[in-house]
Amino acid sequence: MAHAYTPGLKVTSRIRHQSRRILPIAGEVLAEPGKTVSAQDVVAQTFIPGDIAPVNLANLLSLSPGDVGECMLKKEGDRVEVGESLARTKGIFGFFKNEYKSQVAGTLESISHVTGQLIIRGEPHPVQVAAYLAGEVVEAISGEGVVIEADVSFIQGIFGIGGEAFGPIRMACENADENLTPDRIQRDMQGAVVVGGARMTCDAVQKAIDVGVAAVVSGGMDDQDLKDILGYDLGVAITGSEKVGTTLIITEGFGDIAMADRTFRLLSSRAGDEAAVNGSTQIRAGVMRPEIVIPLSSDEKAREPEHTHNDGFLEIGTAVRVIRDPLFGRIGSVAALPPELYALESESKARVLQVEFDGGEAVTVPRANVELIQN
Amino acid sequence: MSQLDPSSINVILATDCGSTTTKAILIEKVDGVYRQTFRGEAPTTVEEPAADVTVGVINAVTEVGELAGRKLVDESGQIIRPASGSDGCDIYISTSSAGGGLQMMVAGVVREMTAASAKRAALGAGAIVMDTIAANDKRLPHEQIKRIRELRPDMILISGGTDGGTKTHVVKLAELIAPAKPQPRFGNEYRMPVIYAGNKEAAGLVEETFDESVALSTVPNLRPQMERENLGPARDAIHDLFLEHVMAHAPGYDRLIEWTNAPIMPTPGAVGNILQTIAERQGINAVGVDIGGATTDVFSVFGGTFNRTVSANLGMSYSISNVCAEATMPMLMRWVHFDMDEREIRNRVKNKMIRPTTIPQTIEALVFEQAIAREALRLAYVQHKEFATTLKGVQQKRTVGDTFSQESGGQTIVDNMQLDLLVASGGVLSHAPRMQQTASMLIDAFEPEGITHLAKDSIFMMPHLGVLAQVHPQAALEVFERDCLIYLGTCVAPRGTSKLGKPCFRYRISGDKLNESGEMRCGEMKLIALGNGNAASIALEPSRGFDVGAGSGKPLEGSVRGGTVGIVLDARGRPLALPDDRAAARETLTGWVRELDLYP
Repeated sequence: MAHAYTPGLKVTSRIRHQSRRILPIAGEVLAEPGKTVSAQDVVAQTFIPGDIAPVNLANLLSLSPGDVGECMLKKEGDRVEVGESLARTKGIFGFFKNEYKSQVAGTLESISHVTGQLIIRGEPHPVQVAAYLAGEVVEAISGEGVVIEADVSFIQGIFGIGGEAFGPIRMACENADENLTPDRIQRDMQGAVVVGGARMTCDAVQKAIDVGVAAVVSGGMDDQDLKDILGYDLGVAITGSEKVGTTLIITEGFGDIAMADRTFRLLSSRAGDEAAVNGSTQIRAGVMRPEIVIPLSSDEKAREPEHTHNDGFLEIGTAVRVIRDPLFGRIGSVAALPPELYALESESKARVLQVEFDGGEAVTVPRANVELIQN
Repeated sequence: MSQLDPSSINVILATDCGSTTTKAILIEKVDGVYRQTFRGEAPTTVEEPAADVTVGVINAVTEVGELAGRKLVDESGQIIRPASGSDGCDIYISTSSAGGGLQMMVAGVVREMTAASAKRAALGAGAIVMDTIAANDKRLPHEQIKRIRELRPDMILISGGTDGGTKTHVVKLAELIAPAKPQPRFGNEYRMPVIYAGNKEAAGLVEETFDESVALSTVPNLRPQMERENLGPARDAIHDLFLEHVMAHAPGYDRLIEWTNAPIMPTPGAVGNILQTIAERQGINAVGVDIGGATTDVFSVFGGTFNRTVSANLGMSYSISNVCAEATMPMLMRWVHFDMDEREIRNRVKNKMIRPTTIPQTIEALVFEQAIAREALRLAYVQHKEFATTLKGVQQKRTVGDTFSQESGGQTIVDNMQLDLLVASGGVLSHAPRMQQTASMLIDAFEPEGITHLAKDSIFMMPHLGVLAQVHPQAALEVFERDCLIYLGTCVAPRGTSKLGKPCFRYRISGDKLNESGEMRCGEMKLIALGNGNAASIALEPSRGFDVGAGSGKPLEGSVRGGTVGIVLDARGRPLALPDDRAAARETLTGWVRELDLYP
């Protein structure tokens, strides 16, 4: 029998997790293997070349490009300051000389004899990579970064915006099916990773931004609200660089949908603990899902067994969630896996499964419309 | 891969790894002739926990093996070769389009000219164009540089200057891009590929401008003269890097390469091959479309000239939200004949985007997806028509004003009145539960004019046959002619518009199986049954202001071909328009749905 493969999101109370923390360009690695790091410790740093100011000297001094060189008062590699003379024309019989003073400070990087253009490179920008995952450095990659490992509770969301953020878990809702509304956002949630229940409203997100929360996590949100928050309609699910004032993660989907009970209970059990979150989402080659990573203390590690993952195969008894209308969000278990094609209401023929919900109700759902509930 | 004797090949296994689904088909020699026998599919597995495209391949292959009663995969997860009894296959081949797109930045000296050509080259090769930088794009140099630094393209294409023309401007462009040091999306081991396709006399100066932090390649000028484009070399260079780059980030691809008996072809390449073959053999103008999860590919052959565009931002799952954003909600909803709450619609679209492998279960979901498909197809065809233009090798007398506006000249060579055959493939078209739905989506999106035959790729076999033709042309042709295309029928539609209810055209259809005549009024559609393999003659008398191919108001005699749908007489007008009033539009649409028997 072919294994029916179905993707699923990871939601686990304990797993050994690794995080690669790599610089965008070569630089200096600051942590060595064996070192214990906190989430916001800088583990690698580098400098991005400074901003460029192009100066069309040929136009500015009414010169042909080939004549720019002999008028230069500075050469390539020289430091320039604001107001400093860069070039002076010969004028006519020594009179009517024309001069250009630099508008920016930096290094004169190049002088083009073809275009008469100068490039002045401003001060380099420092770039630092934080650990993100509080744990132990297990590998240092020379000039690039480190690999950090820790035992964590790990929750994968389905979609997010915004990048990395850090803060303690704060539960804003008492139940997974409560909407996250503005009244549930408190002033003392500043810097926290706020966890709602079902749908987060646009007003709640706005209040969270005003309060200064690090991130908001909830079961769902309306696409219209996402558009209002972003200021535009999101075309493809490639996110992570949005600057809306906080990171947002939804765990279930768009619309009115309660956070999965297991996810809600796990986050509740970790209330007060420091979390690292990342809203980056990429649903194409090299899929990335948003995540919440909460390192475990030694006591917690002693209490929690380590979980292994289901390989993604549908089997009788496997817990699944329906991920498409008309039963979107309902959770049940696999009751049967008939091999033959089945005619749906849409008249399409597809391979299906029987899902049994609590209470004994059994429905037929396309296999493509369920996802595994990972342990 | 060893060379195989075609005569010893009896069982062929072929897969196509799409962005959403991996499809597997079996081709077997039956009574001395190659036939496609079984088909299976499974979700493409680029996501955790599998994160290996070969897992989806094995799942799809296992499914097709089960359906065929043939063991194709051994205990170690390898494809069994050669075929022996009811085990294994003789060859395994594959195509791939998994990935969802290459992101590029293009630059040219003048926005309307060389920059526009560069954008066309990039689009034609399958890229998402993140930004177009040009000397006259109204941004200051430091703003352009800031933008270049913010973008994280996979690749950059620079054009500018006709051969023998300006060098200064294109070098200035390079002098902006080089120090901006754009960072690639995928990590710092990857050297940014930069393709220079401008004035050949400036190539040396451009090369001096860039350092070893980029991988610079120089190809023939994509605009060697003002009136002539030469997009092929740049497009090919982009395409090679596209496959190499995006595929490098689809995990498991390196193993897939080792498994196949022939080089893996990109899916659009394979589909294009087969379409060209059809057009050449039958001496016709043809358009083919493949609508997938991330991209919509349109292929055309007009007057023997082949064009291909890959709309990398229009698709039914990964890009579905982009389709809605580009088309806009009102354009989408005009194809839905019942009420839907906009809030609900928006959420459904995004849920499909984030869970791309789901399928419509209810009628309502199906209608909505097919509405989105119409808009994706329509927009992709618009992009294709903009791309396939007369700039290719045709000299035109132009004024300076024409040269800058590019409105006259640069006319599309795609002419719906000259279109003979429209071929559909891709999940939403090929898997539509009723053939009328496929025909309807094609007609509504492409708006064919005159007499046009419609066909669909029966089970999305064209990519497989395109790559099979590399190693076994005979098998590919036999399967194509017997099993690949399902003819839906013929669409008859005049060009022109008038008030609803006014006379549009008279018709008389006569043949062995059919004799029918009547008059069509503006706004009407009529479906006449004529089965597969049957043909009939048609005589058309368009009313004044309508053209069926012989000129405005002039009669035409032609032939129509039957199919699984039949003959669709379409008097809705070209260009197609629905009433502005939503209620009236819904009522009109309901009438068409009923006439074509689209939904239960």
